[in-house]
Amino acid sequence: MIGRRKKDQSAMKQDHRFITLERIFKNGFINFGRNIWLAIAAIAMMGITLTILLFAVVANATFSHTISEITSHIDVSVYLKDDVTEQQRNELIANLRKIDNVQAVGYTSKEQALKNYRSQNVDNKELLAAISETDNPLPASLVISPKDPNRLDTIKTYLDKPEVTALQSDPTSYSGDRKAAIDKIAQATEFFRKAGIVGIAVFIIISMLIIFNTIRMTIFNRRDEITIMRLLGATPGYIRGPFVVETMLYGVVAALLSLAVCWVLFAVASSTLQASSLGLLDITYSSDYFRKNLWLILTTQILAGIIIGAASSSIAARRYLRLK
Amino acid sequence: MILLDRVTKTYNQKEQALERVSLHVEPKEFVIIVGQSGAGKSTLFKLLTREEKPTSGKIIVGGMDYDKLRDKDIPLLRRKIGVVFQDFKLLPAKTAYENVAFALEIAGLPTVEIKHTVPKVLEVVGLRDKADNYPRELSGGEKQRVAIARAIVRQPKILIADEPTGNLDIKHAWDVIKVLEKVNKFGTTVLLTTHNQEIVNYLKRRVITIKDGKIISDKAVGQYKL
Repeated sequence: MIGRRKKDQSAMKQDHRFITLERIFKNGFINFGRNIWLAIAAIAMMGITLTILLFAVVANATFSHTISEITSHIDVSVYLKDDVTEQQRNELIANLRKIDNVQAVGYTSKEQALKNYRSQNVDNKELLAAISETDNPLPASLVISPKDPNRLDTIKTYLDKPEVTALQSDPTSYSGDRKAAIDKIAQATEFFRKAGIVGIAVFIIISMLIIFNTIRMTIFNRRDEITIMRLLGATPGYIRGPFVVETMLYGVVAALLSLAVCWVLFAVASSTLQASSLGLLDITYSSDYFRKNLWLILTTQILAGIIIGAASSSIAARRYLRLK
Repeated sequence: MILLDRVTKTYNQKEQALERVSLHVEPKEFVIIVGQSGAGKSTLFKLLTREEKPTSGKIIVGGMDYDKLRDKDIPLLRRKIGVVFQDFKLLPAKTAYENVAFALEIAGLPTVEIKHTVPKVLEVVGLRDKADNYPRELSGGEKQRVAIARAIVRQPKILIADEPTGNLDIKHAWDVIKVLEKVNKFGTTVLLTTHNQEIVNYLKRRVITIKDGKIISDKAVGQYKL
């Protein structure tokens, strides 16, 4: 008998909790509808912020893409003397591969070099005539792709060892003016990469502040409501709940809205600016990136909207919820 | 039912709003508290609803010792006391029905019970036909009656009404007073503050007069005098 009553009580408690949760959600949705103008204002603000942030993310991705395009072309060519044996060459390749910063080593034979030269200058008869198969002046070469173009020195040090220079017909491609140019490009790309990350971080912080402030204003507008509920004996959780649900809804709607805006803009941009690019920003890549990551972006936007909305409203409401 | 023992409330360390006020109210009593603005009536009510803490002294309401209340008990305390304010304090985005229902919702009552109870209480205050109106669509008197309905729907043992007729014209003021009398007849202890001499003299109830934070008179069947 007692056992049964206990069971009934715990069932009732659970029931009570369920009713409370249900009412919190129901009131949140109702409030959203009844404060529609406040909602529209807040959603517009959040939507604009999320749109700018989304643009910043896509721009940053495009930028990184451009940067890696540039850096992927940075490599070091080593020109080998004609008398280097196959064994010496393989030993050199093996040693190069052991260096930490080496991504890959490619070999181009004299014959291959000639073929490449011919296909590159197929329209220029004079240049083609200057080089014949019997007297091939082009050296065989190794092409070293680095992992990090900022640390080419580690490769250079090895190549400059006397026993290694002895095998080389010419200085490596990474020397003199070319070295200076490559170093500058590597430095610049590194700088832009870091600037991009910092820029995104700053954008995220500013967006959160703007959204937080917007929500704080909507709650400030309704602080009397909170006070009344408090005086009637509503628990802080029960008062805050519907506000949190309401602002989570703002977040979802704002996220969808900003995604729709971006979708349309990218669709328009890629059709009108087809295959063109604006300096470092490759629009085609941007819109491809956007389309490929649509689901990821959608989920992130909605989650961000919900989380920022919920966090802001519960922080903002807390001020008016303090019990005296 | 309500017990205040030498309660003092001081604001900003010097402004004395209440000075050693002792008071005892029996269950089912109807007590009128009179006094000019700033005499300490509102402070007294804020102490009873625990919006403020006394600087010193003891308050016990319905067996609850306020010294022993924890923060999380405050909502429970407020659910046990019905409160009516001069400025109504209705929730603007809720209809009359929803305002009354809210008091039951926060107590976690099942929806079926709420649907059953609220129309009956609106009937008591004569607003059955205004259930779906928002506060902005109601007159002052109607708003106050909604507020009373909200205060009594939980069947509290105590109803506190702080100048409920202060913002109303005389006709609506009487409507509100009649409702309060009815509530008292059902067995609820009523604490009412008012400025209105006519109302005090009509009711013929216990009258407590406060002046400068002190009780200066307490008569079983009082008249308005100041």
